Amino acid sequence: MPIRVNDEDHELPTDPRTSLLDFLRRDIGLTGTKKGCDHGQCGACTVLINDTRINSCLTLAVMHDGDEITTIEGLGTPDTMCALQQAFAKHDGYQCGYCTPGQICSATAMLQEIAAGWPSDATDDLLATPTLSDEEIRERMSGNLCRCGAYSNIVAAIADVAGNAS
Amino acid sequence: MSHVLTMDKPDERNSLDAMKQGVIGQPMDRPDGIAKVTGTATYTAEYAIKGCAEGVLVTAPFTRGRVTRIDADSIRDMPGVIRVIDDERLITRAAQGDAGEAPDQGPLDVHYFGQPIALVVAETFEQARDAAKALTIEFAADDLSDVPLDPSAADTERVETTRQGDLEQAMKEAIHSVDVTYTTEGHASAAMEPHAAIAEWDGQQVTVYASLQMPNFNISELADCLGLEEDNVRLLSHYVGGGFGSKLVISPEAVAAAIAEMTLNRPVRVVMSRQQVFQAIMRRTETRQRLRLGTNAEGTLTAFGHEARISNLPGEDFTESVVQASQFLYGGENRFLQLELARIHRMAAGSVRAPGEAVGMPVLEAAMDELAEQAGVDPVALRLRNIPDKHPVKGIPYSSRKLAECLEQGAQRFGWDSGPRKPRQRREGEWWIGTGMASAARIHSVEEAQARVTLRVDGTALVETDMTDIGTGTYAILTQIASEMLGLDPSSVKVSLGDTNHPRGSGSGGSRGAASTGSAVFIACEEIRRELAKRMGTTEDALQLSDGSCAAGGSKKSLQAVIGNQEISHIGHFKPGEVMDKYLAASFGAFFAEVAVNEWTGEARVRRLLGAFGFGRVLNAKTARSQCIGGMTWCIGAALTESLLFDPVDGHLVNCDLAEYHVPVHRDVPHLETILIEERDPVASPIQAKGVGELGIAGGAGAIANAVYNACGARLRTFPMTPDKILSAMPKQA
Amino acid sequence: MKPFDYQRAERIEHASQLMSDGATAIAGGTNLLDLMKLQVETPNTLVDVNKLPMEKIEAAGNGLHIGALVTNTAAAVHPRIKADYAVLSRAILAGATQQLRNKATTAGNLCQRTRCYYFTNTDQPCNKREPGTGCGAIKGIARLHAVLGTSDQCIATYPGDMAVAMCALDAVVHITNANGASRRVPVREFHRLPGNRPEKDNVLEPGEIITSVELPAPVKGTHIYRKVRERSSYAFAMCSVAAIVRMEDGRIDHASLAFGGLAHKPWHDPAIEETLVGQTPSLSLFDRAADVLLETAQSYGENDFKIPLARRTLAAVLCEATGVHT
Repeated sequence: MPIRVNDEDHELPTDPRTSLLDFLRRDIGLTGTKKGCDHGQCGACTVLINDTRINSCLTLAVMHDGDEITTIEGLGTPDTMCALQQAFAKHDGYQCGYCTPGQICSATAMLQEIAAGWPSDATDDLLATPTLSDEEIRERMSGNLCRCGAYSNIVAAIADVAGNAS
Repeated sequence: MSHVLTMDKPDERNSLDAMKQGVIGQPMDRPDGIAKVTGTATYTAEYAIKGCAEGVLVTAPFTRGRVTRIDADSIRDMPGVIRVIDDERLITRAAQGDAGEAPDQGPLDVHYFGQPIALVVAETFEQARDAAKALTIEFAADDLSDVPLDPSAADTERVETTRQGDLEQAMKEAIHSVDVTYTTEGHASAAMEPHAAIAEWDGQQVTVYASLQMPNFNISELADCLGLEEDNVRLLSHYVGGGFGSKLVISPEAVAAAIAEMTLNRPVRVVMSRQQVFQAIMRRTETRQRLRLGTNAEGTLTAFGHEARISNLPGEDFTESVVQASQFLYGGENRFLQLELARIHRMAAGSVRAPGEAVGMPVLEAAMDELAEQAGVDPVALRLRNIPDKHPVKGIPYSSRKLAECLEQGAQRFGWDSGPRKPRQRREGEWWIGTGMASAARIHSVEEAQARVTLRVDGTALVETDMTDIGTGTYAILTQIASEMLGLDPSSVKVSLGDTNHPRGSGSGGSRGAASTGSAVFIACEEIRRELAKRMGTTEDALQLSDGSCAAGGSKKSLQAVIGNQEISHIGHFKPGEVMDKYLAASFGAFFAEVAVNEWTGEARVRRLLGAFGFGRVLNAKTARSQCIGGMTWCIGAALTESLLFDPVDGHLVNCDLAEYHVPVHRDVPHLETILIEERDPVASPIQAKGVGELGIAGGAGAIANAVYNACGARLRTFPMTPDKILSAMPKQA
Repeated sequence: MKPFDYQRAERIEHASQLMSDGATAIAGGTNLLDLMKLQVETPNTLVDVNKLPMEKIEAAGNGLHIGALVTNTAAAVHPRIKADYAVLSRAILAGATQQLRNKATTAGNLCQRTRCYYFTNTDQPCNKREPGTGCGAIKGIARLHAVLGTSDQCIATYPGDMAVAMCALDAVVHITNANGASRRVPVREFHRLPGNRPEKDNVLEPGEIITSVELPAPVKGTHIYRKVRERSSYAFAMCSVAAIVRMEDGRIDHASLAFGGLAHKPWHDPAIEETLVGQTPSLSLFDRAADVLLETAQSYGENDFKIPLARRTLAAVLCEATGVHT
């Protein structure tokens, strides 16, 4: 089975060593997904697999035949930006921009996770419906490093989209 | 045509404020923002170059000595392997900021663990990575007992001394005094985009896509490395995924890519691994700093001593200017400032965001907190009391300085309690809560810069310079300067950066990019305005440009009509001048922090952090604020988590990845509050702007340290304040 | 990363057979691929086990079976685990990041290898990675390292959080081999101490495959997982404590405790629990429990802090669980 990326089918790479990240960036030219550390330590390579966020550097492309991958390019284009993309631009939720696609992919999944009732390390009551407090957003986004230090603005952008402007 | 403005005297014209477009200073969204949020901004490694081979650097597995043999045959038969590049022109380390020439070459002589020694080129990245690991090398390593590794044990050389009056005597006579020694650990820039380069060679010119902050210097460095004329080198850095000093200079991957390409006649991409970036690019030195501060009965400084011990690799000129702000921030007639440099075999020390102030200011400000406690003076009041009228050594005036305003407005917005301060007064469950503050200061500097502005026949403008945008907002502010000066909507201005075929800008570094290259754009626009005025039969100062129209006296025309079919293009050339010798120009500010410290575990969390800053004209309130909060985020890392750890046996960097070198994560950073003080500095630049990229990191870790003490009573004289260190210094439960 | 043969297992026996022949299983890959890129792990064959039917959480009597392929996320957000085994949810949520937890699996996390800086750096000596080369950490930077159960060969720690909670819960690992023989190993006995074979992290033999982890019937009480780390998220534990404590009539009626970040395995010592059960909670009692925990502790310079930190973290957890105020 092919691998499906942003609604398009692609052939799997021939070298099984190819990470999903290198497959996206090099083999099919989707360079919006970034390589910051290649070891699952920065989150710049975050993509959605079947709507779940993962680090694409720590999985092999050959393991994903039949999976549906969504990258930043699949969330919105310059002409059709999604709400989070617009909010990041408005709140200056970036500086150098290198961690940004990963932050936005991560935030996209995070909002779904909260809607699904998943708790986090910042959740006081595991059995209660989680709230979208700034502390919850911060904990849930902690897998995406930003060395420029745009965190405060990124949280504002996400809160804005979540209808919880702080 | 090139027009030069040399800054020999203050520019009091304040021209930008007389313009009519009304975009300068506005919190405009970045023009490059859409590309960044949609993943369509192309960073260095991402150019789709046909037939590009992949190179992976090989690094030395020993500390000092010589590689005696690189056995290319050992990997010749591995799939995809093309060549081992072990050219003598490969560089052993990154150059130093503003070098403009090759750093140390000849990679077979090894000076530190992890030094690049060769490049393996293969058809694919996977093949090159494997082959680089498999390459057999033989080496003669020096006996480690002869290799200095410990900065506190190594011999030192004095590199800088300021002496005035008699510090020892003044300390004896002081009514209140502190004599304290602090240490800070090494830092890494850790920009999110790893160092990368792609080289293409057409037999004449080598074109290198590289992630660089200062192509204007880097072109000379690369040409020198390769033995080429600058005319045969072109650098492209349209988007740079963070720099923080680590990309000021040409570094091993770019030189290796260029040599490989010229050897193989085939494009080659080299991307350093994250571990290699940590091990081979550069570090901020660790420091040991002694502060001697003494006051009279009123709390006015009479004695000011700041000595710092730093380190670098033998042969490297760079010194972390730890005492830089101590030269001008506070008074005290008896002064002694000194830097001592230890030579050790760790990777080269170089510029990491705000070299000098980033580690000097937090320590000075922590010592000031100790002095305030000693003297029983409110910390804000102590600082206000010691703002000197003129430079305490040189006697020159300050260009413009909003330190008092920052302290006062910051204190007010934060709700600073100026009453008596005592640690361990506020407790919420397991957490002690405390507050602390610090001043901010960062020297202002400018650099020669050129930019071309072209007013095109369609009524739009094009700005071209090899200046870069490393996340600082260059695309935005140059758009706004041209837009304001030429009366154009920002959407009618296009800015093209990071191409050495453009006029040479200042580069991004030392917080000088905006003031320097921004001034070059301003100067070019002034010339365009003069020409438009001439065409309108008026003078430049009588010309009013706004919304694409040209008005002078009673007449008004569309700008396009005035341009006609003759586009107007000028190069603005800004040169630093004598004015900087006549004034002390710096950016100033104040930090206020609230910190919680866990009684049981010593974990510290920043709950609030406010910064008030004055840095001349704000060119874009949104991107300037972002620079401030970025710096403040670094303060949290410097105060609590960031520390390079070196092996005591062979000196290698132990925590060489982002899992174990702890840059702050989202959850470490509360909402950050900023106050940007209105200021125009006529000395700083023709656009009255100073730098802001580094001000936000220059002192804030001290505010956090002071808040840790106020919270839990742990007066730690060491950064970062990790839980183990806080616990060891926390008073035992009563 | 060295080249390898990639195979996908359709049946457990198939995977097990390949593993008997030297293949390495890959599920989430978050730890294995990290180490393969560094060539700390160099398998000739990778057997992808993701299609094996081991991805369910199912009731087992009064307890619960967590399939080997259940992701960390699926376990942490499972209604019964949140309600009845909160310490496990908490421990998982305290580890790594959402992206990693979405991929990491139960079996993979049990087998997670150490984060020792010398283990992951192939230019350094490490008895765990390459037996007989020595230990770089003992004389080097031992900040992450163990203070309990160390040997002169290795002072590495098991870095995970999930297994620490499973240890407190007295969970049982179900293991099968190529012949279809299965065995059950308590989590408390699954990980090893380094001794003179530090290369062996746990008791799995070649060809053995973890199929599930069984949680016993829930224990009522206060469930706490407390993790002390250098930054507030996305960092390994300097020290962690998993606790299930129940009070009755002012006395400690039940205590299950396990510790992370202190040893080559999640640390469990029944003597600590015996010290506490039946007693009236107090700071001095907690101190005695810490004395038991740390009786044999030995530190290596950079990790000296772990001894007082473990004592204080245990006290913090017991105060919270029993309501003792300071």
